[in-house]
Order: sequence, then C-alpha cells, then structure tokens
Amino acid sequence: MNETRILTGNQAAALGAKLCRVQVVAAYPITPQSKIPEVLSEYVERKELKAEFVRVESEHSAMGVCISASIVGARVFTATSANGLAYMHEQLHWAAGARLPIVMPVANRGVGAPWTILNDMQDTISQRDTGWMQFYCMNNQEILDQVILGYKIAEQLLIPVMVCFDGFRLSHTMMPVAIPTQEEIDAFLPPYDPPYQLEADRPVNVNPVVMSDALADAEGVVCPGYMGFRHRLQESLESALPLIAEAGGSFEEAFGRSYAAPLFRHRAEDADFLFLTMGSLTSEACETADMLRDEGVKAGVVGVRVFRPFPGGALAEAVAGARCVAVVEKAISYGYEGALATEFKAALFSAFASNGGRGAALPTVTNYIVGLGGKDVRPLDLLECAHETVKLMDEGKRQDRPRWIGADS
Amino acid sequence: MSTAIMDLPEEEFIMPGTRTCAGCGLPIAYRYILKALGPKTIVTLPASCLTVLHGIYPKTPIGINAVNSVFAGTASSASGLVAGLKATGRDDYTVLAMAGDGGTFDMGIQALSGAAERETDFIYVCYDNEAYMNTGSQRSSATPTGAITTTTPVEPKSQPKKDFIKIMEAHNPAYLATTCSSYPGDLYNKFVKAKGIKGTRFIYLAIPCPAGWSYPTRDTVKIGRLAVETCVVVLYEVENGILQLTGKSLSIARSGRKRPVEEYLKLQGRFKKMTPEQHEAFQQQVDDRWEQILSRTNI
Repeated sequence: MNETRILTGNQAAALGAKLCRVQVVAAYPITPQSKIPEVLSEYVERKELKAEFVRVESEHSAMGVCISASIVGARVFTATSANGLAYMHEQLHWAAGARLPIVMPVANRGVGAPWTILNDMQDTISQRDTGWMQFYCMNNQEILDQVILGYKIAEQLLIPVMVCFDGFRLSHTMMPVAIPTQEEIDAFLPPYDPPYQLEADRPVNVNPVVMSDALADAEGVVCPGYMGFRHRLQESLESALPLIAEAGGSFEEAFGRSYAAPLFRHRAEDADFLFLTMGSLTSEACETADMLRDEGVKAGVVGVRVFRPFPGGALAEAVAGARCVAVVEKAISYGYEGALATEFKAALFSAFASNGGRGAALPTVTNYIVGLGGKDVRPLDLLECAHETVKLMDEGKRQDRPRWIGADS
Repeated sequence: MSTAIMDLPEEEFIMPGTRTCAGCGLPIAYRYILKALGPKTIVTLPASCLTVLHGIYPKTPIGINAVNSVFAGTASSASGLVAGLKATGRDDYTVLAMAGDGGTFDMGIQALSGAAERETDFIYVCYDNEAYMNTGSQRSSATPTGAITTTTPVEPKSQPKKDFIKIMEAHNPAYLATTCSSYPGDLYNKFVKAKGIKGTRFIYLAIPCPAGWSYPTRDTVKIGRLAVETCVVVLYEVENGILQLTGKSLSIARSGRKRPVEEYLKLQGRFKKMTPEQHEAFQQQVDDRWEQILSRTNI
C-alpha cells in the first residue's frame, strides 16, 4: 500500500536508490548532499539494502568506482554537489563515453571561489557538455520519482543521468512524499540487464585507444573510430526525448504522477508573459505568476524539467502564444549570459527559421541571474523581472545583457 | 626458490607482436604476471605504456578482460570492479590494477591510498620505469637522482627518488613484494602467492626502459639484473611486518657480493652527466637502503 512520508530531498533521493535496489554505492561527503550516503549506509548496515557500499576518499574515486562497477553489470549510485561534481569532471565524460547507466543526484550548490555552501545551479550547468542527461526537480516528490525514472531511462539508453535539485531549498526541506511500494517499483524497474557481460573465455578490452578513422577487426568487420563512438552518443541523446516521454507515461500509469512532458507548465496556455525557470525556482515563479494575474497581467510559467537532452522544439511551442519571456536562472556562462537563456533563444530561432521566418512574431526575451550562492529570491524580485520585461516589450526595447538581481544587497 | 622457466605454465595471454617499444621490459613481466594469475583475471589500467601494449581498437594482443580507466583512477576503478563483481556474485575473479610510476607515485597515490586503507581485495602493481615514458620521458617522483629526462634536460634531477614502497608498507597491506622483469621466476612466484592472499596486495615491479634510460635495446635483461646485483633494486616480500629477501637479493645478502653501482650507472645514457662525486653519493644512498633492509632480516 502506498504511504506518504515527510522527507527531506536528501532522504527522498536515498529512499529512491533503495527502492531501485542499487547494488553498488560509492560516495564522498559534501554539503549539502552528505545525508544521502549517510542514509544509504544505514540501510546497508541494517541489511535493509543489499549493496556494496564503498566509502571512497574523493568524488573522483566515487565516480571511478561507479564506472567500473557498472562495466561489470552492477546497478550503481552516487551523489554529490558543487566542487565535488567539478572534481568528478573527467570521470563524467568517461561515464557517458563508456555508455554506463549511472544515476547521480546532485544537490545543487554554488562553486568556489569564494566558498559558498549554499544553493545555485552553476555546478550542474557547468557539466552540461559531458554527455549526461540532466533532470531538474521542483520538489522532493520529483526527486524520489526522478531517481526511479532515471534508472528506467538510463538503462534503456545506456546514458547516465544527473537528478538535479536545489541544495538546502530541497535537500534540507521536509515535504510530503508519496512512497511507492517495493513490489510496485520491482514491477516498474526490473533488475539491470547489461548489454554485455565480462566472461573469462570471451575477453574484451573496454574503453581502449581508438583511432580517428574506422578500422577493421581481425575478422574484417569495420569498427568505429572516435567520432563514430561519439556520434552514437549524440544520436542516442537525440532520440531520447520520445523515450523519456514514454517512460514518464508508464510511470504515470504505475504511480499516478506524470512525467511525460519535458516541461512543466503553469497557466501558460493563454499567457502574454512567461517565466522560464528550472528547479525549485519554478515553484516560486508559479506563486509570482498568480500574483501577476491578480494585477491583471496574463502571466504563466514554463519550467524546464529535462535540460539534457534539450527539449528545444517543445519549448518553442510552449511559448508560441507569449509576447515576452523572462528567463530567470541561478547560473551563468561567464562573459555571456545564462545557459538556459542562450539555449532558449536558439530554440526560438530554429523554430522561427524552420517556419521560413513566418508565423507569430518572436517574443521579447530577457535574462535575470538570481540566487547565486544561496541569495534569497523574493517574490518582489520576480515581480520586478516580470514588470521590467513587460515594459521593455511595450516600449519595443531589448535587454542588452543579463540583469543580476541581488548582487549588491 | 624461484620457479624454473621450464616449469612455468605454457598458456599464453599475450599474443606475439605488441605495440611496446623494442626492448621494453614491460611485456616480459606482464607475460609472467598473466601466466601466474590465469584467465579469470580482470586488469584495470590507466593511460600508460601498458595501454600501448594493449593495442589499438579493434585489435588487442591481450587474452584477458581489461578495463581502461582515467589516469588518476586505476585504484578506484579496481575498487569498482571488486564491488561490482561481489555485488553480482562473481568474486572468483582476480582484480589486477596495473599502473606506471607516474600513475602511482604521482597522480594515482590518492586513489591507491584510499583503496589500500579500505583493504580492497585486489592486486596493485606499480611498474616503475622511473619517468613518464609513455609521454616521452618526463621527470616523475620515481626518477632517481642524476637522471636526465626531457623535463630535466640540462640539469639532471637533483632530488632522490620517492620511497613509495615505504609509503605502501605504512598502509599495512596483506602482502607487499618487489620484483624485476629480469627475474621471471621470482616474479611468477610472487604473483602466484599474491593470488592466494585476500586483501590489498601491492607489488613493486622494476622494469628497464631502453628508450628513456638510453641503452641498447638488447640490454634490457642485463640492465635489470645489474639493478638487482648492485642493490639499486632489492627483491623482497613483506607479510605481517616481516621482511624476507628473495632470489638474487637473498644470495647477495648471504654472500656479501654486491656489485658497485657504477657498473649500473655507466651503461645508461640518462646518467651521463653525473660527476664521480655524484656517483659516490648514489652509491651511499643505495648502501644506506640496503643496510636498512638487511637490518630487518636475520642475515
């Protein structure tokens, strides 16, 4: 029978891993995700979870353990944050290049220097190009669900998944979370069936040196060069959105909560003004949109749940009726603007161009950088973003650079 | 006693024709390592001379399973193999981690120290050719005093070699041994023994490198023997804190007939800039270490 428990985001992530019967856990402490390995080690020591728990000496080794344990066919799990994630960087590329279905929650935190332990999304956004899928969570229910869905999707595509959620704002905040039963999860997520098994009488050399050109093996079969392998990863990611939708749909059938769409929408259908956000900021934007509606502004929210693979087409469609969009984000590509803003504008351009430049006019797009290093994002701040964006649109002006809210207060 | 060459298993796990440089000591040693460990072995290795030996996709001359890892991650990769095999009920495999001196003394030390402290059930081999040979002979912390490398091209290295074996002994591994590619029988015995022990087993393997040490390719076995005969490399094993000399080093200890280091140094171009005073200092380093080791035995 389903039950609802009051859980922090970290507890939800750990419970998700347990329900998925992970076989190898390797983790290293870093605030604010440390509770995840703590809870999991308790599960393992109490024999509630049958898994090898490797208490590694660094995040670089945590991912190294996950990679090799996954290569020999185990379902593996780790979690990290901020500088820990940055320390894993080369291993992230390795995991995706080796096509391993690793699931890793990341409690989003700002990256030093200077030190901060508090929330923003610079850590995961900085890992955007490693070949991992990235799912962003709005609340603790989504954390639990996305870990489960993460394995479902990762094992189908053989691509690792980061389940990203705001440090402290979700990792340490208690919320009601509906817990599926173990039987339900077992029915939804069968044991991991790896594409090949290491066998002594059929030895293989995994992740070897590959040349730039395709070469024939001893039997004359032409095997890919480096670009061939990398292109296969890109092709799999390009084909991933329908599979993610399908998995999200079957999740809804099993558990009643839908993740079929890569985007979350709140009062977006008839909106003139839209917030475009990720993570828990999406929840805050919903409150603000309701306030704007009370003021008479037809406001709504589009939240990006799946950032990699990027749902550009769905995003362009989702904002098609809006006259202006404020992209509010907790990360920046230094020297330019927020990554979500850049990618959103590219998606708009692609949709516009593929339509021969006809159809609805492009919306006014603004970009706000907020909440870095845990800086509080007040409803008033979001209201200001909205008012300014609407004003720019009315005056036919454009924003020439992203605006930082809260840098000097 | 070392196993006689004629008594070693006939089964081969390296096909003829690897991509190592001519005269490389590594394939000699690797051949006997794999004979000792057998087909149920998974080796994990970083980018190194061993990667070159393993060949270029889609071909490999190696007849056991191999998992390549990032440079700093040999021991963490091994930890993952051990955990993954145990979790999936196949812990009858021997996990072998094998990295060079750069990947061990320098970049791999953190992961190796962690794995050893966790008493991970694996064999770690550091094959030491005393510089970053795969990238073109750059200085490492394993490079000895007086050696010219491509990053100490004008002024040879002035600092002594890092005593990494001592660092590993401080981890109290279940088994620790040193060996050299020029003594296949000694090497084979130690790997057979290591295979039968549970826990972290660390084996230091000295391998001469003609390309980096500047000597004729035909002399690899000779140089390795000279390293042992001059006591630059000492063959021993440590279990439960008890050190026992083996093979040639044991007979040198008994006979007291140790050759002067000069004989080893003068055959290698990398030491050509050393002065007679530096030769003397090198001899002193070797003598001091030999005495230290002897003082731990009953000889």
